[in-house]
Amino acid sequence: MLEIRNLHARIAEDGTEIIRGLNLTVKAGEVAAIMGPNGSGKSTLSYILSGRSDYEVTEGDILYNGESILELDPSERAAKGIFLAFQYPVEIPGVATMQFLKVALNEQRKYRGEDELSTPDFIRRVKEAAAKLQINPDMLKRPLNVGFSGGEKKRAEILQMALLEPKLCVLDETDSGLDIDALKIVSDGVNALRSPDRAVIVITHYQRLLEYIVPDSVHVLYKGQIIKSGDKSLALDLEANGYADIIDAAA
Amino acid sequence: MNMQTAITMTAAETALVDAYTAQIGELPGEGAVLSARDSLLANLRQQGLPTRRVESWHYTDLRALLRSVPAFDPTAFAQRVDPLVSGSSVLAVLNGKADTKNLPAGINVRSYAESLIDGVAAADLVERDQDDAIGRINGSFVRDGFEIEVPEGTVLEQPLEFQLVQSAGQSHSRFPVTFGANSKATIIERHLSVNDAASLVTVVSDLILDEGADITWIILQQQGASDSHLAQVNFDLGTNAKLRLFIINAGGKLVRQEVHGVTTGEGADFKLRGINLLGNETHTDVTFTLGHDVPNTTSTEILRNVLFDRAKGVFQGQIRVAPDAQKTDAKMACNTLLLSDDADFSAKPELEIFADDVQCGHGATVIDINPTHLYYLRARGIPENKARAMLVNAFVDEIVEELEDEGLIETLETIIAAWLEKHA
Ligand SMILES: Nc1ncnc2c1ncn2[C@@H]1O[C@H](COP(=O)(O)OP(=O)(O)OP(=O)(O)O)[C@@H](O)[C@H]1O
Ligand SMILES: [Mg+2]
Repeated sequence: MLEIRNLHARIAEDGTEIIRGLNLTVKAGEVAAIMGPNGSGKSTLSYILSGRSDYEVTEGDILYNGESILELDPSERAAKGIFLAFQYPVEIPGVATMQFLKVALNEQRKYRGEDELSTPDFIRRVKEAAAKLQINPDMLKRPLNVGFSGGEKKRAEILQMALLEPKLCVLDETDSGLDIDALKIVSDGVNALRSPDRAVIVITHYQRLLEYIVPDSVHVLYKGQIIKSGDKSLALDLEANGYADIIDAAA
Repeated sequence: MNMQTAITMTAAETALVDAYTAQIGELPGEGAVLSARDSLLANLRQQGLPTRRVESWHYTDLRALLRSVPAFDPTAFAQRVDPLVSGSSVLAVLNGKADTKNLPAGINVRSYAESLIDGVAAADLVERDQDDAIGRINGSFVRDGFEIEVPEGTVLEQPLEFQLVQSAGQSHSRFPVTFGANSKATIIERHLSVNDAASLVTVVSDLILDEGADITWIILQQQGASDSHLAQVNFDLGTNAKLRLFIINAGGKLVRQEVHGVTTGEGADFKLRGINLLGNETHTDVTFTLGHDVPNTTSTEILRNVLFDRAKGVFQGQIRVAPDAQKTDAKMACNTLLLSDDADFSAKPELEIFADDVQCGHGATVIDINPTHLYYLRARGIPENKARAMLVNAFVDEIVEELEDEGLIETLETIIAAWLEKHA
């Protein structure tokens, strides 16, 4: 489903290279975990997947279902099914959450040649999804993410994901800021989306999330490269021993 | 001063003077009203329209900008439209003439023409100061409008809509409104034009809020792209009176909306909320002065401006705090979203504070669309142009949301969205 080949990318503004020859393959149905020290480029990778223009790809390619997505803008990638749950969801004053959800959903449907949802159908879907994630409906009356607590923002990201039903879900530290109960609820939400035609990339620092969302593969990202890949036992190993040995071995 | 008479009159000045001669026989009022008109016109003729050398007109050189003045057109036809909010009582002024059929109950109302005819209006026809071009033009030509008294304790459940519909020519209207103690009402002053013909519309509203009156006044200006609109709201806030004045400019070629107020009773609170949607070649000026004349009064002013094309916008805001007006709290903000390199906005906030125990502040910002916001929306599948429109809308919608009335909010949102769609 996703194939990243020898990807090099830099910050558009100052040319600093962040991703330095990264290779990663994630198959349909797979849950892949990406771990790695702070500043290693995990969020940058997720932004590049989503098409954020602050980064420039200088070499390599990203294939999604066999096709390069480098020329697609963020909204096209989203409509094709790529979803990024942000590490730091953005507050947008003045944009009503419900309005935003409706426009996003219908614009994606339009792009794919599907009919727009009727308002009652839309509202029903939002209510169902919000109930599953135990999101207070009053929250959805507020402007997008404005004044949401850290954990509420993360839940709201997963709500968006549940509604938009993407094919490739990238979760950037969705577990940070969640309390213990919320971690369980959100993980259930992600697991509910697991399916043979969908892939999930979970970026996290902690083994705990991976106890709920059990990964098929675990990858260590360091200085813009994947320096080690393994199965779920790799995460346990990292939890016990830290990154030092792996980094040394790769050097 | 007398030297001014030597200046050659512009086409617009000549047209105004000639129109006066032609119209005066038709305009209501004699005696004191007529002599008030005569002296206002004499001043207009003598001083001419204000230029940039007049401080309060510095950013809006009326003499240069008002290129022409359309002739009065007694044959022009205009008719009522549905009110903005269903259930409102409508007081219509059609091409400058008040429609006195079905006047609403519960308030004292009569046409301003009656007030001109019986001479009560004479006291209104004065200039605020020697630079009061709007008062001068309006007072010379005023023909109609409505004079209203909302009795003490009256609560109007439904909005009262002044509906000014213009199809061509000129109209000059006036709205003296007294809100009795503890009355409560929402007034919508709506300016519409039904075609592309150029019009000149002037309007002066004089509001008096007695003790404890709680009033929301909404000005929705949607005139045509060739219209000139010169308007003035004057207000006086008594003890604990509250006035929320919303101004939405979404039309007109040359627009000057003045707001002049004083707080004369302790506990008075004033809010100005302005949205200027400026496109094409419009020149739109909101000029505001407020005197905090007594202790313990508050005001906030927030303007949100969105500019496209070659639009020009102006906000002048002056807050004066009198020497004994301690505990005044006044905050003024003017935020502008410039969406075209050829557009231009001038903001001139001014605080004149003569008391020492006060909290006053102002800020003016010019911003662009926030790229992170734009990216977030796009990352959810919203195409760039649509995402941009949503963010522009959000910028002004924060103001609309303050209205609290769901029906009204929705209606205004629809109007704003339609405007943005047309200009983006
Ligand atoms: N737009 C930018 N401008 C400047 N530096 C940037 C920018 N984006 C990323 N960086 C830098 O690139 C490096 C990688 O950042 P990134 O956010 O991808 O790390 P991360 O692996 O997600 O870290 P964390 O675990 O702390 O979330 C960091 O050194 C960061 O400061
Ligand atoms: Mg990160």
